[in-house]
Amino acid sequence: MEKFTINNRSYEADVPQDMPLLWVLRDVFGLTGTKYGCGVAQCGACTIHLDGEAVRSCVTTVARASGKSITTVEGLSADTTHALQRAWLTEDVPQCGYCQSGQLMSAAELLRENPSPTDKDIDDAMSGNICRCGTYPRIRKAIHLAAKLQKEGGKS
Amino acid sequence: MKNVNVMNRRKFLASGAALGGGLLISFALPASVKKRMAATGEGTGTYFAPNAFLRVGVDDSINIILSHVEMGQGIWTTLSMLIAEELDADWKNISIEHSPAGPSYIHTAYGIQITGGSSSTWSEFDRYRTAGATARVLLVQAAAERMNVRPEDCHTENGMVISGNQKVAYGDVATAAAALPPPAKVALRSPAQWKYIGKGIKRLDAPAKVNGTAKYGMDVQFPGLLTAVVAHAPVIGGKVLSFDATAAKAVAGVRDVVEIPTGVAVLADHFWAAKKGRDALDIKWDNGPHTGLSSAAQLASYKELAGTKGLPALSKGDAEKGLAGAAAVIEAEYFLPYLAHAPMEPINCTVKISDGHCDIWTGTQMPGIDQAAAAKILGLTPAQVNMETPYLGGGFGRRATPSSDFVVEAVHIAKASGKPIKMVWTREDDMRAAYYRPAFLHRMRIGVNKAGYPVAWQQTIVGQSIMAGTMMEAGIKNGIDDSSVEGVNDSPYLASVADAYVGLHSPKLPVTVLWFRSVGHTHTGFVMETIIDDLAHHAKKDPVAFRRTLLQNSPRHRAVLDLVAEKANWGKPLPKGHFQGIAVHESFRSIVGQVAEVSIDPSGQVVVHKVTCAIDCGLAVNPDGVVAQMESAIIFGLTMAKYGEITIEDGRVQQSNFYDYRIARMNEAPAIDVHVMPSAGEMGGAGEPGVPPTAPAIVNAIFAATGKRIRTLPFGNQNFKQA
Repeated sequence: MEKFTINNRSYEADVPQDMPLLWVLRDVFGLTGTKYGCGVAQCGACTIHLDGEAVRSCVTTVARASGKSITTVEGLSADTTHALQRAWLTEDVPQCGYCQSGQLMSAAELLRENPSPTDKDIDDAMSGNICRCGTYPRIRKAIHLAAKLQKEGGKS
Repeated sequence: MKNVNVMNRRKFLASGAALGGGLLISFALPASVKKRMAATGEGTGTYFAPNAFLRVGVDDSINIILSHVEMGQGIWTTLSMLIAEELDADWKNISIEHSPAGPSYIHTAYGIQITGGSSSTWSEFDRYRTAGATARVLLVQAAAERMNVRPEDCHTENGMVISGNQKVAYGDVATAAAALPPPAKVALRSPAQWKYIGKGIKRLDAPAKVNGTAKYGMDVQFPGLLTAVVAHAPVIGGKVLSFDATAAKAVAGVRDVVEIPTGVAVLADHFWAAKKGRDALDIKWDNGPHTGLSSAAQLASYKELAGTKGLPALSKGDAEKGLAGAAAVIEAEYFLPYLAHAPMEPINCTVKISDGHCDIWTGTQMPGIDQAAAAKILGLTPAQVNMETPYLGGGFGRRATPSSDFVVEAVHIAKASGKPIKMVWTREDDMRAAYYRPAFLHRMRIGVNKAGYPVAWQQTIVGQSIMAGTMMEAGIKNGIDDSSVEGVNDSPYLASVADAYVGLHSPKLPVTVLWFRSVGHTHTGFVMETIIDDLAHHAKKDPVAFRRTLLQNSPRHRAVLDLVAEKANWGKPLPKGHFQGIAVHESFRSIVGQVAEVSIDPSGQVVVHKVTCAIDCGLAVNPDGVVAQMESAIIFGLTMAKYGEITIEDGRVQQSNFYDYRIARMNEAPAIDVHVMPSAGEMGGAGEPGVPPTAPAIVNAIFAATGKRIRTLPFGNQNFKQA
């Protein structure tokens, strides 16, 4: 039995060591907010936090994730009030929305590490996440807004 | 909008009229559709047709059923706005869902149930408002009776009917309203009274899309559901000769392996086991007759075809004679490759067959077509096939296949295995299992007068027909599939050219092709807007001024051109090393102009700094939604221009995933400045018309920067380093 802490809850499952965490989250635990887009760490739709670090869950094996603390988009906030989620709604970022879980998780790591990111910082942190709908201009605006909201003392 | 929730449709339908609770409003079918249905017997009890678009519940709930699906374009919000505009509903009580398949939901202009053609808003503008207004009239009438006043002494606000100091909630009179005869005609509000139309609201689907609760086809789960991953033939047109599933079945979690017409499917407890099982299959393929197929051979054969005239898509005067008498002739040849839609959500479809019934969950733009295809395979009536459409993780045309390819494949797996399955294509499957924007070659000879303006035009277009061989084949008139030539034969630039011949060759190839966001305009817009730039250069005229002259009888085009040039500071000093290019193109009844500002970086790569955009789409119901679609289209167009290319070698598609079919990323995204023009013109679309001008605007800017004219896309592998 492999044990995981996901969004501060304990989970366990009998899954192979080489199985990517993405499929454990989605197909075993039913946490479908984390998306499959490419399977080879090219698109970022599956981005989650592993002990606080943003990783691509499609190439993160059970062997690596077992016993660690995992945060998925469902755990970003309890009630959709994370500064990034509020900013995403204010800027009306999502279109098809399929990539947005991964975008938010990449942005969350960026904002935690760097509370005042520049455009260049955003390029560096977010260029691993593909959005086929092309919501990049709004994502950029929303990250700047979230940085502001975070400083104003909103939840982060 | 946190309270906007998706309720279970069956619960909704069961509780609709049956429980005597509330008011159901059905939409009138357009006469043309009724006539077609009468002729074909369609809709006469063979469809699952709840015939309702709007329900006002006794609990004040407002349920809206959408005939068009949300795939990112924002229609979930825009169509709901149209109902809310007339109904005066309280937003917090509104819930929205996609409709099932059925004749009530047939497109008012296209005659089939489809989300496509950038047409949902203009084609539903009256139908949805009328539904809202009808409900409101009935609710007011019922409430007036309740309050013992005249209907004309009542007004409505936020889900309440108000008269003097009396108030009645919609829910309280919903049942009484349902008993009243619906009015034959209702008056719609005038633009001066609009609260939402032209102003807009925030997207109603956004909250679910930022917290992981939005459900896509990929997210369908229920007990007993297995995941199926399919091994497709590596060569286009190949077939399974034989296979050994011993190793696949030995993979932990694999439950079954079945052969289907399109390959071999491995069924497992979860995706990972199914994929491992597929990788362990030992399949002997019959590669079939197309192992010699290659992009190089295709280009060579297209060049040869372009040497003959082709069928006339446009013919006036005498092009040869016109060319002979021209002051100069400009010649050019273009080639645009196959393109994959590559939506972020790879293709998937869930199928559960039970006795005399089938449930299908899939993100589709054409649920009625898919329903019929599934029914045919299963020997059921369409009414026995229930279509559930979750959110689409991108469509761009890929989820509107006339052949219902992925639904058919999933139904075969469920049928062959006797198990409920969710078929999931890997990204590689999605990239390779065909359906591409067809590759096109354009050859042009344009005769110009002494001032440099075109007087004779000869253009030969070579590329596969999207409609040929499909149920849409009847749309091909005199051998011309309009989707191959749209944007050329109707170009305003050709209006004043006396001698013109546009010829079309539609070669048949085994590569399956499909509409792709903005369809024919993806290539015709590029060709027309870059060749016009060439002509301007040859005439030694400013590209904007040159277009203005040619567009003198197209006032809407001219206004878009003028506005985008003004907003982009066209002709004004730019930062050192920056250059601009312009393009303006009409598609899907909207006109879009864009100015791209580029520079060449020290390594010789193109950097697109900014794209300024103006659109005239007539009335913009949800202006920020239009802005969002322009932004989206510009990034989509940038990807197409810079990277988009599917190539074939030895009958095999060469690309497989995002490392070799690249998509523009955040660090490449230009600043985008969109202007939605106030317009009294005919309403047009927004989802697609922003795509065609982007590639030519960028390529025209590259020409301004380097003097190098790009006629083959993508350009991303070219080095523009200045000697």
